[in-house]
Amino acid sequence: MAVDVNLPTLLRVHAENAASVTAEGATVGEVFADLTTRYPGLAGNLVDDEGNLHKFVNVYKDDDDIRYLDGLDTKVADGDVISILPAVAGG
Amino acid sequence: MPFAAPTLRLTSAQHQQIVAHCFDGLPDEACGLLGGPLTEDGEPTGEVTSAFPCRNADASARTYTVDSRDLIKAMRAAESEGGELIGVWHSHTHTDAYPSDTDVRQAAEPGWIYVLVSLKHPEPVTRGYRIRDGGITEVEITIEP
Repeated sequence: MAVDVNLPTLLRVHAENAASVTAEGATVGEVFADLTTRYPGLAGNLVDDEGNLHKFVNVYKDDDDIRYLDGLDTKVADGDVISILPAVAGG
Repeated sequence: MPFAAPTLRLTSAQHQQIVAHCFDGLPDEACGLLGGPLTEDGEPTGEVTSAFPCRNADASARTYTVDSRDLIKAMRAAESEGGELIGVWHSHTHTDAYPSDTDVRQAAEPGWIYVLVSLKHPEPVTRGYRIRDGGITEVEITIEP
């Protein structure tokens, strides 16, 4: 499956300044694995040391937050769009 | 210290909406997003097209996280108005309208304007800032009729 992944400004530096990249996988987790193989700098920014989605990013499949779907196991199909946004947070 | 660019221009209706949302959120911090146009360089012009009140997913008096579903909804709404998200506001219920260490550490959008509303005093205080590479510079906020 080939999907487009939209990257937020702060992560583009790890992906040759691309705003959007295409990646392969049947789930969001597989898509991220493909991405981080090609762009190792993205690795620590998407998934934490325990393999969970990093708490400081929001990931959407076609505008649905994957935390409310099946997380990194959320299935993707050709043509789906994955959008990554930094969490907007503070104290 | 001189103000950083741009001046954030809120209408008085937007300002009232923001402050009212902050009071409504008490005792927790409240948060919301600002949409507006960008310059050719991709910087906010300072005009605010819409203010989008959001849920504080932390439901906390000490921290805030904009609900992820409200975030994407506001982003799409800002895009449909021909702009983008250009900033975020949140309240400080018992401290000044100045970014906390947590605000600086978690500021993930160097292009945004970070608006703080302090409810520490009887009269709310609204201030705006750029937060870039750990540095804080204030932006002027004007409230227009």
